[in-house]
Amino acid sequence: MAEFIAYLIAGIATGAIYALAAIGFTLVWQTSQTINFAQGEFVMLPAVLVLLAIKLLGAPIWLGALIGIAAFILIFGVGFKLAVVDPMIRHGVLPLAIATMALSIIMKEGAKDGFSAEAQNFPSFVPTQTIEVFGAAISLQHIAIIACAFAVIGLLQWFVGGTKLGRQMQATAQNPMVARILGIPVERMVLLTFVINAALAIVASVLISPIYLAKFSNGEVIGLFAFIAAIVGGFNQVRGALVGGLVVGIVDSMAAAYISTQYRLAVPLVLLVVIILLKPEGLMGRKEERRV
Amino acid sequence: MTAPATRSDLSPSPRLTRLPGLGMIDGTFLTLAIGAAILWFAPVGMGRYGTYVLSLWLVMSIAVMGLNLTLGYAGLKSLAQAAFMGLGAYTTAILTTKFGISWYAAFALSGLLTFAVGILLGFPALRVKAHYLAFVTLAFSTLIWLILRNEQWLTGGVFGISNINRPDFFGIKLFGALEFHRFVVVVTFILAVALWWLIRSPWGRAFTALRENPIRAASLGIDTRAYTLLAFAIGSAYAGFAGALYAPLVEFIDPSPFSLSQSFFLLLMVVAGGAGYLLGPFVGALLGVVLPEWLRFAGSLYLIIFAAIVMLLLIACPQGVSGLMERGWAKITGKRGDAR
Amino acid sequence: MNQVLEVSNLHKAFGGIKAVNGVSFSVNEGEILGIIGPNGCGKSTLFNCILGQLEPTEGSVKLDGLDVTNMRPSELNRLGVSRTFQLLQVFPELSVRENLILAGQEHEGSMLSRLFGARDAGLTEKAEQMIGFFKLGHLADAKAGGLSYGQQKLLDAAMAFMAGPRLVLLDEPAGGVNLTMLGDLKERLRAINAEQGATFVVIEHNMDFVMSLCSRVIVLAEGKVLAEGTPAEVRADPAVIEAYLGH
Repeated sequence: MAEFIAYLIAGIATGAIYALAAIGFTLVWQTSQTINFAQGEFVMLPAVLVLLAIKLLGAPIWLGALIGIAAFILIFGVGFKLAVVDPMIRHGVLPLAIATMALSIIMKEGAKDGFSAEAQNFPSFVPTQTIEVFGAAISLQHIAIIACAFAVIGLLQWFVGGTKLGRQMQATAQNPMVARILGIPVERMVLLTFVINAALAIVASVLISPIYLAKFSNGEVIGLFAFIAAIVGGFNQVRGALVGGLVVGIVDSMAAAYISTQYRLAVPLVLLVVIILLKPEGLMGRKEERRV
Repeated sequence: MTAPATRSDLSPSPRLTRLPGLGMIDGTFLTLAIGAAILWFAPVGMGRYGTYVLSLWLVMSIAVMGLNLTLGYAGLKSLAQAAFMGLGAYTTAILTTKFGISWYAAFALSGLLTFAVGILLGFPALRVKAHYLAFVTLAFSTLIWLILRNEQWLTGGVFGISNINRPDFFGIKLFGALEFHRFVVVVTFILAVALWWLIRSPWGRAFTALRENPIRAASLGIDTRAYTLLAFAIGSAYAGFAGALYAPLVEFIDPSPFSLSQSFFLLLMVVAGGAGYLLGPFVGALLGVVLPEWLRFAGSLYLIIFAAIVMLLLIACPQGVSGLMERGWAKITGKRGDAR
Repeated sequence: MNQVLEVSNLHKAFGGIKAVNGVSFSVNEGEILGIIGPNGCGKSTLFNCILGQLEPTEGSVKLDGLDVTNMRPSELNRLGVSRTFQLLQVFPELSVRENLILAGQEHEGSMLSRLFGARDAGLTEKAEQMIGFFKLGHLADAKAGGLSYGQQKLLDAAMAFMAGPRLVLLDEPAGGVNLTMLGDLKERLRAINAEQGATFVVIEHNMDFVMSLCSRVIVLAEGKVLAEGTPAEVRADPAVIEAYLGH
């Protein structure tokens, strides 16, 4: 039982990371039809940029973090939208999706060549201790991840539901055409979702990198699980992405503990296939109308 | 815009269509035939390594050709082309090294297996939505990767399978680089012509319709689900064929060339060459496979350069290099090109 | 008279909004039936429910007595039900002739026979006939995407008739077409109706077009049938006048 609780907490912690990535993915998809295949690399890169800033500039951690984060928001929030999505989307969804694959290769190889091919330590802002709860040894880092991730998601929910700007953004996400008729500055709202996506990626990156270490290939698994989380939750739903992320995280953790460490990756994949077969609209999604 | 097209290949006279011979030949076919003839002799004096690079180019072109059918003609995103290629390569390697089955049978079985897996994967995904196929193939890619690495008894794990023999051709041994290269040229030519023929059949017309307007296509009686599935499965089978040639070409396989990144890379080659152009895959594979061998000094940076070039191409000319060439040709002659 | 299509008690709700609210009607063999109504009265939704593009919430659709409710659009088409769309729907990269061959190729033989059979599926002659009939002769080899709006509209209609359908549903065929072209289109539709005995259902905004083309008219309002009769009867119906002029 104690063991089970420990795995559960670990699963919720990684699940919260997947949820952050999946929420950003879903937001960007909703407002601009961008299927971002570089989503995993978006979570990998901020930590690398922070370490790079510290290494190259000899800056203290706080300054390095500031520079790395600012650079990431600028390049992969604003820049991504203006330089990749805007010129490409007029050609359709497909070229844009492929462009994000190209971007993922550039980010990954860039991190490998420009930073390091080896995993690097990333400073943790909580001590790497464990505490005992109901006889289970629980990592403080996991607790911190869960607390931070949920605080950020809560903040996002408050922003979307409780502020004018947030409601405008949500209206844009649900139906850009109607939003435009209502006089909402759709372009700026779309840009805002890209910035939020970048910010969520930064949070995920800073939370997960002390555990996984900063490595160019980290994005592969995180990206895959973020996609699975988005679909399992119901492709169009921010709420669904949260549920999907947690489900995938817990399933992954349990699979590693009780099924097979070699095939832990496979279990969420099976979950994906089961969902597509049995409930293709996702756990939280509504059945969609066939388009005419 | 309203200038009548001069492409006689799209509109043969009714008499000629029923004659399988001369009436079928067009610019694309001639290019394939001439290209095959040149490549037959090309490696003379190039040495073992140069010959190997040329053969590798053709083998990758087959995989890209298949993906071009899936993406360029039917408009589907498959992120598992490298995994399908791996399935073909390992099937051929295991059957020929462990069971002593002839390469030809292994080649056919590799194609058949990848076709069947394509149907199995595509059916549930395409039932929902076309872009679900991207996620299902993404998952499949990872699964194949896991199996190749973990099932040591079958795949040799990270150490892979070595000593893969090259086949005979009616008693002629194809062990030498040049002999095997010529064999690859022949197989590539046959597969390219088969695809050329497929694209010109009513199926090809239906594939194009799927890409351009699936809803209208359905209202004209086109079974969009069946055609989408077929395009994906045939495209996957081409990856299987490519894998079956790849294994004896390199004589040693491990999981690394069949990873998810490689599948992304293959997609970029389709786009770079020109999605929806029959000859595009050869151009794409040239840029993706041969050029980095010549530009060795660029090292691993080449991958970044290539990806960046593809992104620029997507912005400037989503039809890729073939599209650029078509535009250039149209400028010179004032007509429409014949590259598709 | 023989009934080709029978729609009974069809309902379609989107969330709480009832776009189609209990519509029943039937279409007789060989007639040209018009369906008119103010914007948002559920005409297009009705079409899409009949044609399997949307799933009706309730009710049934029968073709020659066979229940075809929720049948997939491609299957329904192969049973002889053809349609045009409100917005232009041709295949821009294919030539006019290729568009027409495409529209007919799935109606005979099997998938395999299409793979190994003739490239034109034996339809070139038929396509040439349609091209001539719709006066597109000089454009046969042109890419459909390069045609003018009116020409694309004619091609769209020609595609709907390519396979010799029993029943054709036309969704706003006159929309955006200039007067000369409109006369042409009307004449072509009449001719096909007379020569081939094809049955038509026409959704239209353009009252004059409907009144002069159709033998019978159904008026929809707020998802229900408001009136039904010959053009003259419908025009004189006080409820119809109210619906059109009252707002």
